[in-house]
Amino acid sequence: MAYAAQGSMALTAPAPAHDAAGSWLRTVGWNVFPFVVVGGIWEIVAHAGIFPPALFPTLERVAATFVNLTISGILPRHAIETLLRLLSGFALAAVFGVGLGLIMGRSRAAEDYLLPIVSTLAPIPGLAYTPLFLLWFGPGDVTTVLLVGFVSCFAVIYNTWTGVKAVKEIWLRSAQSMGADDRRLFRKVILPGALPYIFSGLRLGLAQAWRVLVAVEMLAAVNWGLGWLIFGARKFLNTDAMLAGIVVIAIIGLALERLVFKRLEDYTVVRWGMMGSGT
Amino acid sequence: MIAAEFRASASLRSIRRAVIALLAAGAAYELVARSGLFPPVLFPAIPAVLGTLSDMLADGTMLAHTASTLFRVLVGFGAAILIGTPLGVLMARFQPVERFFMPLVTALMPIPSFSLVPLFMLWFGIGDLTTILIVFYAATFPMIINTWTGVRAVNPLWLRAAGAMGADEKALFRKVIIPGAFPFIITGIRQAFLRAWIAVVGAEMIAASDWGLGWVIFDAKEFLNTDVMMASIVVIGFLGFVFERLVFGALERATVLRWGMMRQARG
Repeated sequence: MAYAAQGSMALTAPAPAHDAAGSWLRTVGWNVFPFVVVGGIWEIVAHAGIFPPALFPTLERVAATFVNLTISGILPRHAIETLLRLLSGFALAAVFGVGLGLIMGRSRAAEDYLLPIVSTLAPIPGLAYTPLFLLWFGPGDVTTVLLVGFVSCFAVIYNTWTGVKAVKEIWLRSAQSMGADDRRLFRKVILPGALPYIFSGLRLGLAQAWRVLVAVEMLAAVNWGLGWLIFGARKFLNTDAMLAGIVVIAIIGLALERLVFKRLEDYTVVRWGMMGSGT
Repeated sequence: MIAAEFRASASLRSIRRAVIALLAAGAAYELVARSGLFPPVLFPAIPAVLGTLSDMLADGTMLAHTASTLFRVLVGFGAAILIGTPLGVLMARFQPVERFFMPLVTALMPIPSFSLVPLFMLWFGIGDLTTILIVFYAATFPMIINTWTGVRAVNPLWLRAAGAMGADEKALFRKVIIPGAFPFIITGIRQAFLRAWIAVVGAEMIAASDWGLGWVIFDAKEFLNTDVMMASIVVIGFLGFVFERLVFGALERATVLRWGMMRQARG
């Protein structure tokens, strides 16, 4: 299934290990250098006047706008609203997805009845439902949160379901023969056994929620939010505000990636046994 | 024998239940649609949606929308493969390349492609170019990362063995590195297409052009054409399913499965 492998990895260039301070400096240097090159090219193009400055602002202007918007509290408020929507939508997906996945994994009847419906709905890109949700629930927060939850719950359902099914039969039998009742079997064997899968499902779900949220904010006409900020900035040709918003989006995305998705590779590549001693 | 019979009857039961579930879901929807709880414009009955779908297929508008969406997604996705794969290979084989591009890839990858739509609309206007570039942006990073991982995961023993048997750099590359990395490259292609498919729908909605499945869905909202919306959603889901299962499944069978690099996943 496509949801099972949306790996994203973030590595920095490995530095040769010499003395600690020198190698640290070199690592920083290697990581900063590409941005200096790209930033330099941007500055040259921006100052050359080939494009109108309103469309291609210099980095100083973007930085100044970034600082102004941050100090005035506009940028933080947009970011907080976006994060709140992300968390509410994701919480919805987590509760609903894990619950449904567990039921489907444990009960054959539930699996037979629910899986066809889930696998009919899952391949449709969630964004395609946006206009439909807008008509049904009106523009605003409700639509955004519901849509984000809807989009990200499929990865959670699939992974939870797979995880429960992947719990070894022999563990269940031995726990049962040692006198575990259903409740204890669930809490002590099934849940811990399925947990790695559930976690990787949650990570995938959060990644999808994040990617879709920005687009939904643009379409759903919310009052605050980073997606709305950059979309609204287009009307007044505020390219600098737009770029400042994109920077914040990148920072949040990078933080999510580093803190949350980083260990995803362990659950895909290593689990398949495809990665040798190479790294 | 008994176990086999039991399994057969169990799978028959699964199929029966799947049919029941889908029919029940359809019936529940139909019941709500006809109950008059919601205005029919917002909640069209299934026959209405199917009627619209067949009308749009018959008069060719659906095909035209599909064609322009496929054009955008395939150009962007093709460009992502053409640029992402070599870049991933170069990054894995040459350390300076890796050192230069890896920080950039790491920084750019977490930016959702949709957040660039307003910027690209200002720079490149509304239409094909913006949509294709968004698709390209969405699809490139999975290609780069998976190719890079795949080339690095090639067993060093194979490289040394081929080298000892006198393979030059070119032969090594064509006979060992590319086939060795191919399972990862295929995973990359699949992920890239999945993202490209989502990106094209979203980009078409925001950067409205005149044609395209995403555009037609969003445009239908203005006129409350919920049936058109649902018909297009069905087409989008169907095409995504066809690509994922048939096209890439066939690609996988023709390459890595045939080479014995990967076993077929259990039924």
